[in-house]
Formats: sequence, C-alpha cells, structure tokens
Amino acid sequence: MRIAVCIKRVPDSETRVKIAADGKSLDEGGVKFVVNPYDEFAVEEALRRRDEGGAGEVVVVALGPPAAQETIRTALAMGADRGVLLAVDRIPADALVVARALAAELKEGAYDLILCGKMAIDDYNQQVGPMVAHLLDVPCVTSVTRLEFAGGKGTAEREIEGGIEVTEFPLPALITTDKGLNEPRYPSLKGIMAAKNKPLAVKPVQLGGGGIEVLALAPPPARREGRIVGEGAAAIPELLRLLRDEAKVL
Amino acid sequence: MSAVLAVLEQRDGVLRQVSHEVVTGARRLADRDSGAVEALLVAAGAVRGAEELGRFGADTVVTATGMGLGHYAPEGYAAAVAERVRVRRPDVVVFAATAMGRDLAPRVAAQLGVPLAADVTEVGVDGGAIVATRPVYAGKALLKVRVMARPALLSLRPNVFTPVERPRAGARETVAAAGPPGGGRVVVREVKAAAAGALDVAEAPIVVSGGRGLKAPANFGLLEDLARAFGSGAAVGASRAVVDAGWRPHADQVGQTGKTVSPTLYVAVGISGAIQHLAGMRTAKVIVAINRDRDAPIFKIADYGIVGDLFEIVPRLTVEVRKLRG
Repeated sequence: MRIAVCIKRVPDSETRVKIAADGKSLDEGGVKFVVNPYDEFAVEEALRRRDEGGAGEVVVVALGPPAAQETIRTALAMGADRGVLLAVDRIPADALVVARALAAELKEGAYDLILCGKMAIDDYNQQVGPMVAHLLDVPCVTSVTRLEFAGGKGTAEREIEGGIEVTEFPLPALITTDKGLNEPRYPSLKGIMAAKNKPLAVKPVQLGGGGIEVLALAPPPARREGRIVGEGAAAIPELLRLLRDEAKVL
Repeated sequence: MSAVLAVLEQRDGVLRQVSHEVVTGARRLADRDSGAVEALLVAAGAVRGAEELGRFGADTVVTATGMGLGHYAPEGYAAAVAERVRVRRPDVVVFAATAMGRDLAPRVAAQLGVPLAADVTEVGVDGGAIVATRPVYAGKALLKVRVMARPALLSLRPNVFTPVERPRAGARETVAAAGPPGGGRVVVREVKAAAAGALDVAEAPIVVSGGRGLKAPANFGLLEDLARAFGSGAAVGASRAVVDAGWRPHADQVGQTGKTVSPTLYVAVGISGAIQHLAGMRTAKVIVAINRDRDAPIFKIADYGIVGDLFEIVPRLTVEVRKLRG
C-alpha cells in the first residue's frame, strides 16, 4: 500500500497558553512542540498497514513553519519512509486553505490510503481531513477507532453520541484517526538514527489568507474562586445544601 | 442576516434534541434583520419531531429525502445540504458541532468553496459579517474570528445555545435530495448502540469523572453508582491516565486529547487536575472535586471541594443524593 499521512506540529497538551503581544496568537516562548497526538494514531496505522502488506511506502506530509521538519523527523523515526514539508510562515486559520495546499501535494502521489488525525489539539478545527477528501474526490470516514481492509474495500468504525457507526467504503480513501485505533509506538534509538538519513523535501508554498480573519485570541473567563467545603464524609450535607440552594444544580 | 439555513439531525427518523439548539442559534442571527430561518433535515422519510421546530423559530422546515439517507451518509448528506444552499442562497448556514456535524460541515464547506467556523460558542454580526468565538487549545483560550464569506458556515458547540421558544410558522415541505445514488461511496452498515441508557459524556448534563485516585478499574463501580443516583442524565467520565492504563474506554476521556464537556455539574473524583484535563471541563457550570490531596490543582478550579478519602466519601454521597432525589 502507498500511504500518505498528514501530520501537524502543535504545542504539547501540557502547555500553559500565553497570548502573544499581537493579541491574536500564542506566545511560543518556552513552548514544547510535539506531533499532534491524533496524528500519531495515523502514523502508527500507516506503518502497520505497510508492514502487513510487506511492501509499500509511508509518506509523511506536514504544512507548517520550517521547525515542523523536526515533527516530520519524529514520524520518520517511528518508521515512515520519507517526508514532505509544505513550508509556510504561518498556518492560516481557514482550514480550507490548508486543505487545498495538502490536496495539491497529495494529488501527485496516487496513494491507496491517506490518513490524518481527526483534529489538531491546537486549533480544534477538525476540518482538514474531510476537506482534503472532497478536493481529491476520495471517500472519507472521520474519527475512526477501528479499521479493516479486505479485497479493495475498507470497514471503519466511528464513535457517535451513544453508539458506533460501522461504515464501508472503497479504496483509495481518506481516514481520520481517533484515540483507540491503536497504540502508537515510541521511536527507537535505531529509528531516530535512521530518520536522520531519510529524505525530507521542503517545499515553500504561498497561501492565500482565506476567509477566516483572526480578530483576537484571549484567555477564557476566569472561574470564580472555589472553596473547600470540608473534610471527609462529614462535609457531604453542606456540599449538597450548596449544590441545591446556592448553585441550584440539584 | 436575512436568510439562515439550520442543518438539523435525526437518528432512526427521530429529530435529535441538539436540533433545537441549532434552530435557536439560527433564529438569533435571523432576528437581527427580521430574516427567515429554514430548518433542513436529510432523511429517508418523514422525521418525528419536525413538527416542533416552528416553536423554536423555524419559518420553514424542509426534509430532503432520498434512498440511502436513513442513516448518516456523508457524501449524500453533504450533497443534499450543498444543493439546498445553492437553491436558497442563505447568508448563514448553521450546523451542530456533533459527531455528524463535525463530519458533515467541512464537506459542505469544501463543496461550496467557503470557510467554516467550527465549534462556535458565541456568535454575532459586525458590519454585516459573522463574528464567532470558538475555544482553541481545548478551551485554554478563545479565538474570535470574522467569517469573510457568503454563505458563512458555522457549527455550534452542543450544550451552549440553550433552546428558546420563539414560535414561527414551521411550515413543512418535503423535497427530493440531490446527490449521489444510494447516498454515496461511504455507507453506514450498522449503528451499534452503546449499552442501554448510557449517555455520552459530551452530552450528559451531569458527569462524574474518575482518575488514578480510584486505584483500580473495578472501583469505577462507585462512580457508576453515584451517577445512577443522580438520575438518567448522568454519565461517567475518566482522566487520560486511567484511559491510557486501559481502565476505561477512550470514549469516556475528558480533556485536551479526549472530550471537551460543558455539563451543568461535573464531579471530579480522585483526579488531581492536570492542565490538559482542566482544559476539557473548565466550562462546566458547577465543578465539585473530591480528592485526598488538599494541594491538588483540581481544587483551584472547583467551585466546591471535599478533602478526604474518596472510598469513604463517594458511597456516602451516593446514599445522600439518592435520598435527596427521593
């Protein structure tokens, strides 16, 4: 199988968000960047599919700043074969602009399968995968927790409110991956060494601004200072009184 | 906004409750310009509950029907919605940011070649353009954006736009859905229902969540008992640590790499409060924390805290809640 995986460089989930001086973006000072956690499931799935088949290639594609080369190297260290960085100064807020750039790159590859994380944990957009699929005219299933292939067809399960949808689709296809699909491997020392010599193409791209203009990035409203009601089970009557009479939630 | 299209949801031919929130959000935008709201359902046939939509502010309720559209069919639904947008030329199209809406709205946006503001918690109009606020970094920050396109596409976060009754005609109409035969290449073969009565943590008005303090998977039984005592609207959630340890299913995880929840009441039991967890539940209306460590970060965000042994406190709390609810 020829498989492409779209990944993104994002701030680690333990990041404390500080707003930059422009009032519109994250202050990246001291921030640790990682492979978007949902994309790790995509990379892992791609590696497993390639290795089961005994042949094929896993190509990792990222759109991001030059520093995203490190993010791609991490995926190469996990076992991907080569990487492509679509280099931009800034990732636009309009996901369709990102999707168009990725689709233009992916169109050339004649991939059997394209995998993306279901969303990035920074912008929470959850749009790029299905948009790329539409632009490439391939079937797409999002937020997949189980995936099987047989005879040129795929079966995928996705979680919906209060249930699981079981879907069938023909290949080639684009799948977005959710937690639960697999357990992503850690790069081995050997993998990290090997990654240094794997091909990584950096292609500068010019993106239009798109139709989403960022006006402001602000901290969420602070929560009212809480209080300790008491210690041990003795505090339960007071807690319930507060929930009923003060908070009015019971 | 003089014309707003509200894209609604049905399952098994029954309207989903979240649809009332979508119509409410759409009505609010339309009211600024004495505009009209068209509610759109894609389905195999008539949808039970469509008759209520006038009450929440739908001027018209259109059901687009076709073969293969009984279950959610991504390509068929996207084509049906995009076609309706081309016919009606609304200024705004509003979706719900549910499992279906999160899948459908980007497809419609790509078909129409316009941007989408997803998972919106606040929306207004400024200088004729939609201005929307949406949580990013799992709610650690709020991003305010202007949508510079017609139509402007939005998906609304569930549990945020409280349904308001604003009676309108709600005139019903059925049209044949445009789109690929049989609903497209992706076919939903089956919907496996979760265990009877189980409520999704993202939708439940009350969430009782547990972390490593529970010590063993079997002890989540204590939280299930407490959730049951709160009634049918309560679900059990979990921290990332216990999901990664395999104690609980990933679908129950609350936090930056799990679900972002906004219940009326969130009870955190044996959860210390890692920043990625706090991000996922900080918009709960009321937060209660039970933890043995007085210095745990969870107490900084909790409205009410009890310090102590959860194995002593939770069973007693369950008994008292049961009594209270009679």
